[in-house]
Amino acid sequence: MPEIEVVEREFGELALNMGPQHPSTHGVLRLTLHLRGETVVRAIPGIGYLHRGVEKLSESLAYDQLAPVFERDDYLGPTANSLAYCLACERLAGISVPPRGAWVRTLVAELQRISSHLVWLGTLGLDLGGALGGGTTLYMYCFRERERILDFMETLTGTRFHTNFNLIGGARYDLSPEAAKAAVALADRADAMLSELHAMAGDSAVFRGRTEKVGVIPRELALQVGVTGPVLRASGVRFDVRRAAPYDAYPELEFDVPTRETGDALARYEVRMDEIAQSARIVRRIVDRLPPGPVFSRKPIKNPKATRIAAGEIHAAVESPRGELGVYLVADGTAFPYRLKINAPSFRNLQIVPHVAPGLLLADVIATLGSLDPVLGDVDR
Amino acid sequence: MIAWLTAALLSVVVLGVAMTFVAYLTWIERKVAARFQNRIGPYFVGYPHGWLQPLADVAKLMIKEDITPRRVDRVLFDLAPVLVVVPALIGFAFVPFAKGLAVVDHPYSFLFFVAFASLTLLGVFAAGWSSNNKYALISALRMVALLVSYEIPLLLALLVPAVFAGSFRLVDIVEAQRGLWFAGYPVVGQIAFLVFFVAMLAESNKSPFDLIEAESELISAYNVEYSGMKFALFYAGEYAHTFAISGLAATVFLGGYLGPSFLPGAVWLLLKMLALFGLVLWVRWSFLRLRIDQALQLNWKVLFPLSLATLVVAGYWVATHAGAR
Amino acid sequence: MPAADVVQALATAYGATEAPLGVAVPADRLIEALRALRDRHGYRYYVLSTAVDRGDDGFEIVHLVRNLDAGDDLAVRVALPKDVPEIDSAAPVYAGADWQEREVLDLFGVAFRHHPDPRRILMPDDYEGHPLRKDFAMDTPWGYRPATRDDAGKDA
Repeated sequence: MPEIEVVEREFGELALNMGPQHPSTHGVLRLTLHLRGETVVRAIPGIGYLHRGVEKLSESLAYDQLAPVFERDDYLGPTANSLAYCLACERLAGISVPPRGAWVRTLVAELQRISSHLVWLGTLGLDLGGALGGGTTLYMYCFRERERILDFMETLTGTRFHTNFNLIGGARYDLSPEAAKAAVALADRADAMLSELHAMAGDSAVFRGRTEKVGVIPRELALQVGVTGPVLRASGVRFDVRRAAPYDAYPELEFDVPTRETGDALARYEVRMDEIAQSARIVRRIVDRLPPGPVFSRKPIKNPKATRIAAGEIHAAVESPRGELGVYLVADGTAFPYRLKINAPSFRNLQIVPHVAPGLLLADVIATLGSLDPVLGDVDR
Repeated sequence: MIAWLTAALLSVVVLGVAMTFVAYLTWIERKVAARFQNRIGPYFVGYPHGWLQPLADVAKLMIKEDITPRRVDRVLFDLAPVLVVVPALIGFAFVPFAKGLAVVDHPYSFLFFVAFASLTLLGVFAAGWSSNNKYALISALRMVALLVSYEIPLLLALLVPAVFAGSFRLVDIVEAQRGLWFAGYPVVGQIAFLVFFVAMLAESNKSPFDLIEAESELISAYNVEYSGMKFALFYAGEYAHTFAISGLAATVFLGGYLGPSFLPGAVWLLLKMLALFGLVLWVRWSFLRLRIDQALQLNWKVLFPLSLATLVVAGYWVATHAGAR
Repeated sequence: MPAADVVQALATAYGATEAPLGVAVPADRLIEALRALRDRHGYRYYVLSTAVDRGDDGFEIVHLVRNLDAGDDLAVRVALPKDVPEIDSAAPVYAGADWQEREVLDLFGVAFRHHPDPRRILMPDDYEGHPLRKDFAMDTPWGYRPATRDDAGKDA
């Protein structure tokens, strides 16, 4: 029988449990807030409600079987997880990826970045505006646009979401000419809808009032705690894995890395909106310059347990929509990984909440959490 | 005796019409909201426009189990829904439908309306306080701060038409608008109407002021522990309150039952009330939510000085043009 | 500074030796080495901490830090004996090590001295056992057993 957790608090504080089931915690996150009036004095995140033991699981599954498993970690940007894993295996084993395979993987990754940012914006609208008000309008608009991307994924792979797209050695599906045209149409659509979404969100005085100067993360704190992705770039650190350690098609693609200096929720919003525009740009470039050839460099896999990777260690990272997703792989020469650690961006970003929450109002905590864009599947793995 | 009977009959008619309207206001809201969001709204119940949806909702809420948490303050808990719905419905008694035709035609009907409308505040606070729930408590405290603050510009803005009309009797106020609606009076009337509209949004807890039932933070806070018919009363009370205040606004600012004679006055009044309700919906489904301190700042730094200023200017104008009216 | 210089500096100052992805330091010099990396060599960006269960060789704690200007990742690893898995916490040096070390202590059972909040993070608070250890019993009550490395090569 577990002991009742006694919450230590001062006199005059209200200990509010934004428990695992809450509309605004982006999943099963338990946030214990000590409030003095409306002001937060302490915030204690509690995670682990979605822990599925993926790292332990990976020690008993063969290398070729594992890529689809990791897609369920960060379930809003699935291919980023499997891409990080495939990159780690490919680099460690010296398996090369054909150019077309690499470029198609990048295309899907960028489309999923747009899709993930749309979910982020829609749920941010729900957090800030509530389910019975303007927030739902923003949410509906974002998800309407996202449906187009999911329809594209369905025509390309057969499933809308967890497509099991990346394999060690390339991609599973190829891009037909019609699919390429559809991808360009998606990119154009993304640009067109950005102004509409800006009008509803960033240009709205109420939105700016809720996000400006809210949840400011100073640059030094961001580096110390190790936040990644748009959160880091909004605090003035121009670091993007796609530029620092390029992979797949990124060495040959031109795109900007949006950065802001203020580090508040509004800055994170602007960074992500700019990233949508940049992703659209990348998608168009990829379709323009897609090289011909196969997308998978190995022979069809009959027995996944026959693939062995020689002993060694590697750390590989990709830029998922949430930030730097790192895979630390220790191989021992058998068909199963010896140790596979996933360094989840949401796990790192969520750690900033206890540092940033004191002094915020209750409504600001919601806005800050929304602007961090945590996905609990990513946090808990 | 006869007057008593006519009053009773009229009140039954008005109540019946009002409650039906309130039920169908939920349908209007869902359809309008759906159209704002590029979807259809209620569709299947009463195919193809979903016009039977309110009946389905009422039936569902009536047959739901009424769950009361164990350690609530029973008296307040049970009284709260009543305190929310009844004052809103009482408001309908004062609104005149034609010259001389109102359930209650009293020299101070205007003041009575506003006084009763403020009682909803007590109901919401009682709900939040008695629920034995921290979320409800936070919501109740926010609500007290917000609604009490917004009463002031609401009242001051409403006094401007009373000053122009020179009377607190709602029928007199309507009759004084035969030339021009008070909302159209240059600057003073227009600003008073705007201030009143914003204060009305706050009093009815509509976005951008729905922070006391902020569903994403406080999970429908003050009525989080209510279920079944009690919740239905809160739900209906919210719409009744909004509709009643729009009735007051239509009467006091938009000329009430006045209008071209091809439609009876009562229909004009209803149309104006629906137009105001539509405006409230438009604002509600487009804006995100203000924070409590931002809402209070808006009140004390913008609405209160504005409403005070318009009242003073209106009073000065009436005093100096006393003969011209 | 490029990584080779850093490795040299650490080797002379703290007895570091070259290891995969970075250096290995003795357990008692870990915090000083991390502090030197952060303050003197520009590795201000914290990336990850984890552990590897090396069976009879004990646990290996790995801290990965990054120099953003030089674009270099450096992994600092420490070997711990199996019977006394204790190490100083890196949280006073890098604030981000807080949760990552909690994950290690939760899933591996390594004790971190001077950790600001040594509680389990992913598993339930009253859980017994440390799942990511290699000797963690994987038998389930209903007889299903996940594949192990001994199954490799079967059912072609």
